Amino acid sequence: MKGDRPMMRQNHPVAGAAHKLRRENAVAAVQEKIRACMQCGTCSGSCANSFAMDHTPRQLWRLVQLGEMDEIFASKTFALCSNCYYCTLRCPRGLPLTETIHAIKRLAVLEGRDEEKKSTQFYRSFLATVQRYGRVREMELMTRYFFTMKNPFLPLGFTPLGLKLMFKGKLPLHVPQLLAVKDNKGKAMFFEGRFDRLFRKVEELEKTS
Amino acid sequence: MKYFYYPGCSLEGTGIEYNASTRAVMDALGAELTEIEDWTCCGASAAEAMSYLLSMVLPARNLALAEQINQEMDILVPCSACFLNLKRVEIHTDQDRALLDKVNTALSEEGLIYRGRARARHLLDVFANDLGPERIGARVKRKLAGLRVAPYYGCQSLRPYGSYDDPQEPRSMEPLIRSLGADVHPWTMGAKCCGAGLMTSKKQVAAELTGAILSAAKGADCMVTVCPMCQMNQDGYQAHISRVRGEDLRITILYLPQLIGLALDLAPERLKLDLNLALTHSFRAKLGI
Repeated sequence: MKGDRPMMRQNHPVAGAAHKLRRENAVAAVQEKIRACMQCGTCSGSCANSFAMDHTPRQLWRLVQLGEMDEIFASKTFALCSNCYYCTLRCPRGLPLTETIHAIKRLAVLEGRDEEKKSTQFYRSFLATVQRYGRVREMELMTRYFFTMKNPFLPLGFTPLGLKLMFKGKLPLHVPQLLAVKDNKGKAMFFEGRFDRLFRKVEELEKTS
Repeated sequence: MKYFYYPGCSLEGTGIEYNASTRAVMDALGAELTEIEDWTCCGASAAEAMSYLLSMVLPARNLALAEQINQEMDILVPCSACFLNLKRVEIHTDQDRALLDKVNTALSEEGLIYRGRARARHLLDVFANDLGPERIGARVKRKLAGLRVAPYYGCQSLRPYGSYDDPQEPRSMEPLIRSLGADVHPWTMGAKCCGAGLMTSKKQVAAELTGAILSAAKGADCMVTVCPMCQMNQDGYQAHISRVRGEDLRITILYLPQLIGLALDLAPERLKLDLNLALTHSFRAKLGI
């Protein structure tokens, strides 16, 4: 695998028994997390973003219990979680609700059901810069994000703030040195990302579990 | 007092002034910081949305680096998202030994072992409980008398693992603000969400949340934050949100160590006040800076 190809850029699910099993296990694991939900709605009442959701968090847990994954992936609810952890804190059953949202996001990626979601594209761009440099470079992150979104108007919404930040010197343009992988004559063939090996190992471990 | 220091990626970019003011104030208060050498990204909220194991391995790498040098020294973390990610690894691996083994299998690629000993501490926790308002108050050289400050805690400094303050109605900043001679703006928005990363992917929704917070801060001379993401949403989008809501929401937003630094009479350059995006004329005039 070459330099900056992030492990999660596998956009389309691989067909096959192994993938199917992994998917079924993942769905079951999500269901297990909120099996004890009694539909009290404390989560919905606590959620900062429920006003913008099509299904409230309470409804989302019910859909998970019923295994209605298509409806879940079609809804905007899980992409609207801003990780404030109010629901987790207040759930009278002590369920890991915010963690469950993360698990649903991962399931959507596994299913290839997340392509239209801006947030997933943003996460991909984010991890791609981490894999390459070990740290996030905000300038490269946003450039990658705009590029993958293929929407020429998207960057315009960020231009005023971007210019302000650049003017303040808050968007350093320099990038860190990468490790050169050399051929037997000592000539650099390509540059290895800081975390290529670590990301590969993590991917391998996740597949076998 | 000695700590490892994990600045995190934002503090090298959009949060440069948080980094500078944290270092300057810790130095002035006699706390010694040792930056974790070769630290890397904690995964932010991106890793956990893509791979659970990666969301454990990325923070664990930094904990392991600290442990390699000293297992007893706490890690000071100014960014709330980094703090939560590091804390989450401590807690998840403590509850699940098989997970710890898997994390270490991955970390062997980096030649590192995580033993579950390192402890991440949020900057606010260290200010409130290790240094404390008395000690800080005793070093104040310039009382911020007449200044009304709205304490904004955000989410991930407190939830779900905030053990040093009430995660729903936090108060830990209030004695600190008073120790500087300033007054506390009475409000109930201190622990409400600003929308975090939704400001990038779902701007209208996040603008609604941040707008409500900015609106409730009216009457205060400034708001203080303890997280680069909160800071960015509060100070970077003021103009946009004011326009959308049709109300003037301009207000100075400072990082907590910048406010403390002003009371300790540290030079504004050391606190990098010129890098804040929202610093009103009336605030400058009031402090004579």
